[in-house]
Amino acid sequence: MLMRLLPVFKGVDFFPHDLNLPFMKFKGPALALSIVAMLISIALCATLGLNYGVDFKGGSLVELRTKSGNADISALRDKLNGLGLGNVQIQEFGTPDDVLVRLEEQPGGELAQQAALKKVTDATSSGYTERRVEVVGPAVSSELRMTGFIAVAAGILAIVTYVWFRFEWQFALGAVVALSHDVLVTAGIFAFFRFEFDLSTVAALLTILGYSVNDTVVVSDRIRENLRKFKKMDLNELLNLSINETLSRTILTGMTALAVLLALYIFGGEVIRNFNLAMLLGVLIGTYSSVFIAAPLLGYLGVKRDWSDAAAKSVAASAKTKAKA
Amino acid sequence: MLQFTRFRTAIILLICLAGALVALPNLFSKETLKSWPSFLPTKQMPLGLDLQGGAHLLLAMDQDEIKKDWLNNLRDESRKVLRDAKIGFAGIGAQGLSQLVIKLAKPEQRDAAMKALQKVRQPVGNALLGTGVYDVDISEGSDAGTIILKESDQGLRQRIANAASASIETINRRVNNLGTSESTIVRQGTDRILIQFPGLKDTKELKKLIGETAKLTFHEVHPSMSADEAKMTSIPTGYKIYPSDQSEGGGEYLLREQPVVQGADLADAQPGFDSRTGEPVINFRFNQIGARKFGNFTKDHVGRPFAIVLDDKVISAPVIREPILGGSGQISGNFTVEGTNTLAVQLRSGSLPTKLTIVEERTVGPSLGADSIADGKRAGIIGGVAVVALTILAYGTFGIFACIGLLVHLVLTVALMTLIGSTLTLPGIAGLVLGVAMAVDANVLIYERIREELRVGKMPVAAIDAGFRRAFVTIADSQLTTLACAIIMFWLGAGPIRGFAVTLTIGIMTSIFASVTVVRLLIANWLKAQPKGRVTTVPV
Repeated sequence: MLMRLLPVFKGVDFFPHDLNLPFMKFKGPALALSIVAMLISIALCATLGLNYGVDFKGGSLVELRTKSGNADISALRDKLNGLGLGNVQIQEFGTPDDVLVRLEEQPGGELAQQAALKKVTDATSSGYTERRVEVVGPAVSSELRMTGFIAVAAGILAIVTYVWFRFEWQFALGAVVALSHDVLVTAGIFAFFRFEFDLSTVAALLTILGYSVNDTVVVSDRIRENLRKFKKMDLNELLNLSINETLSRTILTGMTALAVLLALYIFGGEVIRNFNLAMLLGVLIGTYSSVFIAAPLLGYLGVKRDWSDAAAKSVAASAKTKAKA
Repeated sequence: MLQFTRFRTAIILLICLAGALVALPNLFSKETLKSWPSFLPTKQMPLGLDLQGGAHLLLAMDQDEIKKDWLNNLRDESRKVLRDAKIGFAGIGAQGLSQLVIKLAKPEQRDAAMKALQKVRQPVGNALLGTGVYDVDISEGSDAGTIILKESDQGLRQRIANAASASIETINRRVNNLGTSESTIVRQGTDRILIQFPGLKDTKELKKLIGETAKLTFHEVHPSMSADEAKMTSIPTGYKIYPSDQSEGGGEYLLREQPVVQGADLADAQPGFDSRTGEPVINFRFNQIGARKFGNFTKDHVGRPFAIVLDDKVISAPVIREPILGGSGQISGNFTVEGTNTLAVQLRSGSLPTKLTIVEERTVGPSLGADSIADGKRAGIIGGVAVVALTILAYGTFGIFACIGLLVHLVLTVALMTLIGSTLTLPGIAGLVLGVAMAVDANVLIYERIREELRVGKMPVAAIDAGFRRAFVTIADSQLTTLACAIIMFWLGAGPIRGFAVTLTIGIMTSIFASVTVVRLLIANWLKAQPKGRVTTVPV
């Protein structure tokens, strides 16, 4: 009944399916580019360092809003710099009447952070109201830094174990390279542009891992399927075919994700802008890596060619006994 | 794949309906919900501190102080036990923060002493199982006639746990004075305490309340020697030099270390004003035991000063003019009105076992929280509209089905979050929206697959069927890997990240049902509704 009222129309299949782009031809340059990008990122993180936020570096962050009119940042800067709290960073935050004040970690342990915060509060209470306060002491910041890195490493490990279990070690190796690439390059960009790197960035990195491996798994699934279908096809040709066949999906899903992330980035407010920025970058890099790294790597590593049902069954059986053990 | 029995259809619709019903209250204000009939669910997702505003304080206990206190107690007890057993000792000294060394006067009494000292130790852990573990290990020292009392790991752990629960109780009592809002105070890790206080605008009062241990003691002042004299010669045994509060002039006092009465014997403490000078004071009353001890003491010491000590600082040292037998009195210092209010609360609620330091603070004002909700809503709606537009543009009629699936996905996610009472945070809103974008991936996979099957010349129904079947393996694989990430985030994450991880996890679980099962049901019904059951083209 209702179904008859629905307009019946086809969607726009905007993607030309017979392109057969020669991805595998570029696997050398693409891989080289990625390796260079990773090396540069590592170098950036090692020399410039990541611009840690309060979570990881310790210190305080105070978001202020003027009681009336626009904030006079230079007057505020003069005032707060006179408090003897080291380097005080002051910046406009989103709107002209919002200001973000950052204090570096004060020497003298946990109590010193609270004392410094009180000085700032007292100095600003006449013209501003506090919208947000974050104080992270030295003990907690080092713990959070540790957990952050463990989380990302554990995320990669968990995913790789899953991929290894479901596919073959070559796929897992491709995935681990692609995922490390995504994390490293995102971190490198954050280091280069001095974007703040904090707990929410780690959450974003973990989500990127999930998204990127999504792409990788979709392509890997198709590769496995084609390995069964075309037993004699040249591996490079087969990989290229698989990438092309899934390309329309990769791009469409990427587009919806980007649309949402852009909306979140532009309209989602100042507080999680950094988080959304990391996600935006990560989705772009993650899409690139599954098309240009994970699958092409298989061309170098080679894969098992016998994916007949008998072989698959024996693999499944051994997997089952593995799981039982 | 495209056949649904009536029973299955009914179950699927029922799940959607139940989900909608549970999710519904989140769209309304609390006031509106009150007027709802009682059979409708009214539970809402609790909002995180970043959305409703409030304070989050992580406090650390001072482990060294706990150890020191315990060592002091142990020393007093050992002294008493040895005296009762008539075993002479040359000295009991602390070594570091974990052990006491007792030197006996006669080395041959060591065995007897060790037997007697067994009274100071207490079993730790499960009394029923009787694991035979004690909080103190008693062993022979390397020198003749020495005994070492060392705290065991279990003993220390239990002591810290006790201190934590005592602290939580005390904080609870103190914080209750701040208002009626529901605060949560829990232990985190071994030596941390987390306070979450939704709706609290100003943390100054809260910090002041928990900032002091408020250990109140009354001490005897040394009858003849002053602190300066004691420093020059030597401090008499049993006495100790205490600094005084800045307002008292900054002098020092030589006081007997063992207090006459302790804060634990206080029955009440109220802020008030001195009737003569009008300055703010604290009026206090002892319980029976305290009143008796204090009465006896003042009777014997008329005309001599005694000291009121707060957190090891002398706040006043008045001279006893007459015996105080009624058990009540007045503390005057250089107090402000505010100061007496806070101190009275602290004294009433008992002292904290150790000093607490704030190691992490996150406070969000209510206006920022409201702005964040508004921003999240706006971004969510715009993002959602973008996804819907893209999906319908790319997949036509089937795209509409996918969008219905997305709606079901969103509703079920919200419903599940409401059911388990998971907190909605700002990153959680992002996770919700992102979950929609990732759920649509399942439909993209299916529809692209259907198109592929159509391109190789399959008949419409067969193509749709194959599309669903083939894509499902991929969908399951990709969702499971994302799930692994989300679980790790939950496991390691703190606060807002945890909220994001929960949202992501629930989103994955519902997306298979919503984007695959529900959409398949819609398409199956659409196929049935086609004239004469014949499908010539697939609107994808």
